Amino acid sequence: MSAVTRNNRNGRKRARFTSGPTGTVLRLVFSLAITFFGLLLVTFLIGRVLPIDPVLAAVGDRAPQEVYDRVREEMGLNLPLWQQFFIYISNVLQGNFGQSVLTANPVLEDIKRVFPATLELATLATIIGVSLGIPAGVFAAVHKGKWPDHLVRIIGLAGYSMPIFWLGLMGLLIFYMKLDWVAGPGRLDSFYLDFIEPTTGLMLVDTLIEGDTDLFWNAVSHIILPASILAYFSLAYIARMTRSFMLEQLSQEYILTARVKGISETRIIWRHALGNVMVPLVTVIALSYANLLEGSVLTEIIFAWPGLGLYITNSLLNADMNAVLGGTVVVGAVFIGVNMLSDVLYRLLDPRARR
Amino acid sequence: MRKLIAGLVMGTALATAPMMAQAETPKNALVMAFSIDDIITLDPAQIFEFSGAEYAGNTYDRLIGFDNEDVSKIHGVLAESWEVSEDGKTFTFKIRDGIEFASGNDLTAEDAAFSLQRVILLDQSPAFILGQFGFTAENVKDKIYAADESTLVMEVDQPYAPSFVLYCLTAGVGAVVDKEEVLAHEVDGDLGHEWLKTNYAGSGPFKLNKWTAGESLSLTANEDYWDGAPEMKRVIIRSVKESAAQQLLLEKGDIDIARNLEADQLASIADNDDIKLLSKGKGALWYLGLSQKNEYLSNPKVREALKYLVDYKGISETILAGRSQIHQAFLPEGFLGAYNENPYSLNIEKAKSLLAEAGYPDGFSVTMDTRNTTSIMAMAQSIQATWAQVGINLEIIPGDGKQTLTKYRARQHDIYIGRWGPDYQDPHTNASTFAWNPDNSDDASAKPLAWRNSWDAGDLTAKTDAATLERDDTKRAEMYVDLQKQVLENGPFVIMFQETEIASMRGNVNNFVLGPSFDNNYYRYVTKD
Repeated sequence: MSAVTRNNRNGRKRARFTSGPTGTVLRLVFSLAITFFGLLLVTFLIGRVLPIDPVLAAVGDRAPQEVYDRVREEMGLNLPLWQQFFIYISNVLQGNFGQSVLTANPVLEDIKRVFPATLELATLATIIGVSLGIPAGVFAAVHKGKWPDHLVRIIGLAGYSMPIFWLGLMGLLIFYMKLDWVAGPGRLDSFYLDFIEPTTGLMLVDTLIEGDTDLFWNAVSHIILPASILAYFSLAYIARMTRSFMLEQLSQEYILTARVKGISETRIIWRHALGNVMVPLVTVIALSYANLLEGSVLTEIIFAWPGLGLYITNSLLNADMNAVLGGTVVVGAVFIGVNMLSDVLYRLLDPRARR
Repeated sequence: MRKLIAGLVMGTALATAPMMAQAETPKNALVMAFSIDDIITLDPAQIFEFSGAEYAGNTYDRLIGFDNEDVSKIHGVLAESWEVSEDGKTFTFKIRDGIEFASGNDLTAEDAAFSLQRVILLDQSPAFILGQFGFTAENVKDKIYAADESTLVMEVDQPYAPSFVLYCLTAGVGAVVDKEEVLAHEVDGDLGHEWLKTNYAGSGPFKLNKWTAGESLSLTANEDYWDGAPEMKRVIIRSVKESAAQQLLLEKGDIDIARNLEADQLASIADNDDIKLLSKGKGALWYLGLSQKNEYLSNPKVREALKYLVDYKGISETILAGRSQIHQAFLPEGFLGAYNENPYSLNIEKAKSLLAEAGYPDGFSVTMDTRNTTSIMAMAQSIQATWAQVGINLEIIPGDGKQTLTKYRARQHDIYIGRWGPDYQDPHTNASTFAWNPDNSDDASAKPLAWRNSWDAGDLTAKTDAATLERDDTKRAEMYVDLQKQVLENGPFVIMFQETEIASMRGNVNNFVLGPSFDNNYYRYVTKD
């Protein structure tokens, strides 16, 4: 994905030198189109060289040869590769991402179902990660070399190096089994599953729309643990970056000047230094958010969370290529979208970028 | 700063406080954790996956069924009675009166005829189960028809053993669908297939409430079921892939039944008094497929030696721990004609002398394509260690399920460790794959397991065909015993275990039924204390 990011950044730099908004938009559209085309082409090729037979997902291992041959033909797999790709692209241009073999649904419908689950989890995780990670990073920077700094470093290292699989299971064991603070795997208790019709697909929002507070709290109790575990990872990253950005700022002369002027230490740290740190931090946070939006497969498996990561992985292992390609487009779009968003924020936060 | 952190911590604690998880499921609902992501369709004419079969078994009725404890006892379900003509080619079923579909439509012989015709016309993966009796898209409407409202006639092309025909009708493709309902949703002459993939048109004890692929499947009781309404008004199956998560849900009481616990989880719940286990021998077999394209494996002495080189007892007791029994013939216990003797056991000395006779006293090197799941990998490693004792260097090639299978089906393996589940309850299902290979060339039109392992089954192919025409069940059983003995002796298969399914459930759940296949795992008798 870093290729996309880089592309986009280059696009921005180049865009700055063109005159007029039309040129910018045209350039943007062009670079987006190229990016998506490249994304689809590469994913398509990878899908075709996988040593997995896509027909197997459709007919199973025990189907007789005639059925196998017929389905293979129906799936267009006997055509030359370039022709398969051409057919696929022309369908996509008409807004048709095809049908998933595994779920018997149109891919777009599947994604509309699974993406909100991931979005909800990633957003909550990022909110938790940011609201704890930034203060922790600032705290560590201010007390550089003392125990708070070491503490934050240890927590960060642990967050970085502990396998999420283990952490998830431990979390369930402690907070669900032993302490009974949170609910178990899944987005809702099993017997609530039938009572909620997806409007937005975001469980926390849908339950509020229906005005059912019981369901809402149930959804909260299900999401809090996986979100916290994902948050731990982004927290570790964000805290570390905040610390190093802050250290850089705190050694600047304007900080010294401010101190000489007698401005309170709190104001210097939280207003002046952090204010300047916010600009590069936005990019860090955006990247970590975009990573979470891809869907964390292991977290989704342990928490029986039917999200995008699980969907794409499962589709890939079955060579269900329509689903994989559809999912890839979404991930690509998310990365580009989040990058653009961080560009906008960048401009808002940094007056120099507006010039 | 400190206030901020304290506030956040408090906020989190408060947010989590009011939602203590409920520790019990409702009395009239059954909640299960089950890895159901193999379901790719809900149309009984297409369903060929384990959890799909279980869905169809609980929501659709068939003409006939068999006793789960003694499969030789075939009884009527939708068919009240049936007759086989003198020449053995015409089967006539009398359909029970007064049965309604969930839609409210009456169930008649016309629906039954339509359902069977539909299987042949749609020609999906399991269609051959009926197709093997000579039905084609061209002739099926003349061969399977309703003589009147309550009489279904089926004309097969040869005088097959009646048990063969009847067992095939107990399979999923024998499910009767609501003709009017299905045709109301027909698009471009697809006989309602696209619609039925995600919808329901049956008469069974449960009806479909909602299927969300990869997430859940929920069923509602059919209050008007002709054979008694189920006590559970709702069945909710949640897809939980991770077995450790299933265990937690079960121990906590958030679900009633966990279906996919692994050996270590079964061991750790063993001393939990709130949980009980139900187990049932299934038809699936664990085996090694030895490719005859490999120069070592094509040597009969080597094949024999390898059959002595599996620690059957050790694997069964520790790795599969209760989820299997040793079984070496190709027909699982419970099938007509199953041969339940297990002549091979771990015998290093015997294997060594056989290898020496074969000309490989110092062993050789081979590869084994192995699916990377915990238990399959553990089995492969046990075998690797055993073979090392006689100098055979086994290289394990791990891969994902579909990946190893793709290679196996293309005959590119040396050894494949796999699991084979029968397609229907008649012995022909396994005979036609382990002992039957009419064409061993690369572009053969039929590709049974014998073909995948490049094994020319010789006269066993003809013997297998002959067994389908033997109308005396005792003689028929003897023919299968003979086939099994020959495959045991010469075949390219080291068949090791027959699978046992274990359902782990809360102590208050009663009468959950596990049958010999997933078609016969029933929810309709379940009660809860």
